[in-house]
Amino acid sequence: MATITAPARQAASVTEAVPFWRRIPAGLLFTLPFLFFYVAFLVFPTIWALVLSFFNETLTGTRGEFVGLSNWSEMFGDALAWKAMGATLYFTLLSTPPLVLVGLVMALLTNRVMPLKWLWRLSYFAPFLLPASVVALIWIWIYQPGFGLVNGALSALGLSELGWLSEPDLAMWSVVITTLWWTVGFNFLLYLAALQAIPQDYYDAASIDGAGWWQRLWSITLPSLKRTTGLIIVLQLLASLRIFDQVYLLWMGSGGPGFVVRPVLEYVYDTSFTNFRFGYASAISTFFFVLIVVVSAVQFRIFQSREERS
Amino acid sequence: MTTISLPSRTPRRVHTATRVWNSLGVVAAALIALLWLMPLLWAVDTAFKPEEETATIPISWIPTHFTTDAFQKVFAESDVIRWFLNSTVVTVAVTLLVLVTASMAGYGLSRTDFRGRRVLLGLIIAGIMVPPQIVVVPLFREMLALGLVDTYWAMILPQVAFPAMVFILKKFFDGLPRELEEAARVDGASVWRIYWQIALPLSRPALAAVGIFTFIITWNNFLWPFLAVSNPDLMTIPVGLATVQSSYGLRYAQIMALAVLGGLPLLVAYVFFQRNIIRSVAHTGLSGT
Repeated sequence: MATITAPARQAASVTEAVPFWRRIPAGLLFTLPFLFFYVAFLVFPTIWALVLSFFNETLTGTRGEFVGLSNWSEMFGDALAWKAMGATLYFTLLSTPPLVLVGLVMALLTNRVMPLKWLWRLSYFAPFLLPASVVALIWIWIYQPGFGLVNGALSALGLSELGWLSEPDLAMWSVVITTLWWTVGFNFLLYLAALQAIPQDYYDAASIDGAGWWQRLWSITLPSLKRTTGLIIVLQLLASLRIFDQVYLLWMGSGGPGFVVRPVLEYVYDTSFTNFRFGYASAISTFFFVLIVVVSAVQFRIFQSREERS
Repeated sequence: MTTISLPSRTPRRVHTATRVWNSLGVVAAALIALLWLMPLLWAVDTAFKPEEETATIPISWIPTHFTTDAFQKVFAESDVIRWFLNSTVVTVAVTLLVLVTASMAGYGLSRTDFRGRRVLLGLIIAGIMVPPQIVVVPLFREMLALGLVDTYWAMILPQVAFPAMVFILKKFFDGLPRELEEAARVDGASVWRIYWQIALPLSRPALAAVGIFTFIITWNNFLWPFLAVSNPDLMTIPVGLATVQSSYGLRYAQIMALAVLGGLPLLVAYVFFQRNIIRSVAHTGLSGT
């Protein structure tokens, strides 16, 4: 009954004065709640960072003066900014290959080994569920000289201890090891999902042809994972470039021995919340943001052209 | 030449070779698992030791007596329960708001057409590339201007802007069959009713994936809540635990007790919802770009 009367009522109301909010397309209304949060807390701050980079703004709330490009020119001559940029890129280069490869090996093993699958999944993935502060508390303890777990194991083996958090040459490796342990579970799960999506028929056919495990790995499994590997590398590079939490927490904000591990985001943090130079910090973060966009655009292009070719 | 002799020989050889590979696989999987579990086990082990036995040389896994002293002290003296409640408030609020806003936006962008829809979609996809950490400086300024610093709102509101989730749900709606919705429209149901009574119930798996993933990310988020809040009464677990290392000094059993408690909620949730969590992380991760 309602189905008959409803259209009639609607038609009547259209001929009367249509309230303005009725004329807004329903689809646009549906996006409005999200757009409110999106514009207010992501789009606006992104643009404001660019604007602030031309002012000598401080934390105190007094409006800074327009200083033109002076923040930008200062940044390009700032040795500490370049050092932070170098540390970030170095971390990204060191951490991405093991984070992808170890994730792949874990997934291949878990997918293959039948007994106790849940146990392997739990142990590889569990660290990913920990907050950064828990990870830092545990690893500061593990890296301690003398009674720390790693150095304890080294001296038990008759080797000399290492200053994992205090040696400038070793500090970045300590971050990489901690990060590998903490986040590889995410890549592991992505690989595992991709492995389970490979049709079993492929393997059955290969088995009939007498292909061994090794041959099946090289001719079926790895080629089927190409797309996923591309995606994981993209996600990993972007995640690695954003490093902040574990470095900040492992060295309690000091940036490590001689700032060797201080990444860009921590330099931005120090500039704005220790030195209160919001304008200068905005110039650095805007520059870094452009760099990240360029990296993702390049990756996107490579990704796309590869897919077109295949 | 070899192709002729192969079929007769391979079956048995492959069989034993496979078995060797299988047991090697189990050994390798177990070794890596042990390596990955070791830090967690070491933390739990330390937390149950008496304080004076934590920093021994050489290190020892077995305490002379097992004690829950560290946990009792930590519960009595730290704000860990308060942090847990704050984390719960912030995370539940963010997750619910993300589910509502992202599913509405995803539905609007997938099922209706209006002028500017493509531009809007492009703008949202571009937002996936903006790392939220990049905007913390102006965002902090904004919160200061709004007078929201040191409130729950400062932690909650910015985390609701999660464009990747809109994209994931939009793609999911794209894949739903349209017949039911067409039938409802013919019957005179409004877009809102179709969304609420037909599209949403059909999207439970996607909503669960988005909800679980948002929950994990928000629960563990460190940088923004760390900046937004300095009042100890409002700190979430990641922020509160960041103050522990400097204030507890060398009381390692208590530090590890706090670390164990801080990691426990999501680990317990994982044990209960293993399948859902794995599926949602894999799903949202794989379609995240």
